[in-house]
Amino acid sequence: MAKVVAVTGNEAVANALRQANPDVCAAYPITPQTDIMQRFSGFVADGLVNTELILVESEHSAMSACVGASAGGGRVITATSSQGLALMWEILFIAAGDRLPIVMPLVNRALSAPLNIHGDHSDGMGARDCGWIQLWSENAQEAYDNTLQAFRIAEHMDVRLPVMICLDGFIISHSIERLEYLDDAEATDFVGKYTPLYPLLDVDHPVSYGPLILPDLYMEYKRAQHEVMTKAGKVVLDVAADFAKVTGRNYGLFESYRLDDAEIALVILNSAAGTAKDTVDEFRGKGIRAGLLKPRLFRPFPYREVAEALKSAKAVCVLDRADSFGGFGPMYMEIASAMMLNGAKPLLINKIYGLGGRDFLPEHAELVLSELAEIAKSGAVRTFKEYIGVRE
Amino acid sequence: MKPKGWKELPPGSVVTKPGSAEEFKTGSWRSFRPVWVPENCIQCLFCWMYCPDMAIKVKDGKREQFDYDYCKGCGICARECPGKKGQKAIIMVEEGK
Repeated sequence: MAKVVAVTGNEAVANALRQANPDVCAAYPITPQTDIMQRFSGFVADGLVNTELILVESEHSAMSACVGASAGGGRVITATSSQGLALMWEILFIAAGDRLPIVMPLVNRALSAPLNIHGDHSDGMGARDCGWIQLWSENAQEAYDNTLQAFRIAEHMDVRLPVMICLDGFIISHSIERLEYLDDAEATDFVGKYTPLYPLLDVDHPVSYGPLILPDLYMEYKRAQHEVMTKAGKVVLDVAADFAKVTGRNYGLFESYRLDDAEIALVILNSAAGTAKDTVDEFRGKGIRAGLLKPRLFRPFPYREVAEALKSAKAVCVLDRADSFGGFGPMYMEIASAMMLNGAKPLLINKIYGLGGRDFLPEHAELVLSELAEIAKSGAVRTFKEYIGVRE
Repeated sequence: MKPKGWKELPPGSVVTKPGSAEEFKTGSWRSFRPVWVPENCIQCLFCWMYCPDMAIKVKDGKREQFDYDYCKGCGICARECPGKKGQKAIIMVEEGK
């Protein structure tokens, strides 16, 4: 039986990690993630998990320890945020290129400079091309559910890739919400037993990791890496279907909210999607056909499915809580690519919001939806990229 | 050997065959080739000792020909070779000449 509790996002995620009972955890503190590793260290100290806890001296070392332990044959975790992820950058690619199924919650936080500890998506979006699967979470429940599913996805024999679970710093990591835990036995059963593939510690079958691959073969390895990523989407859906059987909670590649006949639509990630859904409801109440698409799987990105889901929309706004200075926001670029697959393309605008933890309020969603309604009617776009909630 | 296509590769470039470095003939990297001059060789085996690879074959305590499959032509053996009466037993010759 599920247990209903009131917990923070960090506490929920820490408990998912406990239920997966990893073999090795490399821990290094960074706000707002610290709480996850601190709680997990407590589980180790209390004997609730059989985990070797490695206290490392940096995030670069944390990810390096994860790579070693995962190649050794263990189920491996760590967690990070912001500058910590940035410091891991070099090793993130190695974890993915070596096909090591490491699971890592990323509590999204802005990047320096200026120094800021609050929630935005610059860190995760910056790691877009490192070869990790990325699952994004609206609230604590989704962060907990995604963490449990992440083990199944990462460790699936058709995948064997590291998975990052993204949740908004402070807004989700430190706010208390209603949450349903799986029973420990149910969760452990769902996650399943870890089967290592080519473990270094199997001395009867010696293997080498990380060889030098020159121009004669490097591109073949990269092509194979893309292929396995394109297969991960199916595994994500299969795991979600199994998860629904246990919990009744349904997950897809993304969430479609009132999108079926929508003329205007928002694309928005994580916690702000919850706020925007209320505003979508208000517009529906006024007879305006508004809808929302909330991506869950950002890498691999489900281009075809997203294009299909947005096909009825005349005007779409992609809201990005991260920026590409001198370019469009990262999610806008994905949605624009997806729209290229459709014959009829909607007018597509981009709003940058909520950087460094600035609040996203219902009135922001209202302004954007009103603008979209105007664009859908007139067919004219005032400006394609704009910042909202910023002082002139 | 036909080069492998992307569908034939092991996941994550893991090398599952122990000792397979032997199949990688690094001698092709060489731009200078050491040449053994047996009449000047006193069989001190300095070349065998100093070789950073294992490119000098020794049998019954005596050196034989270079293993050109793996010799990268670093020239350490030629430099260390004491030779006989001032005549080197290993000389470096530019490849292709």
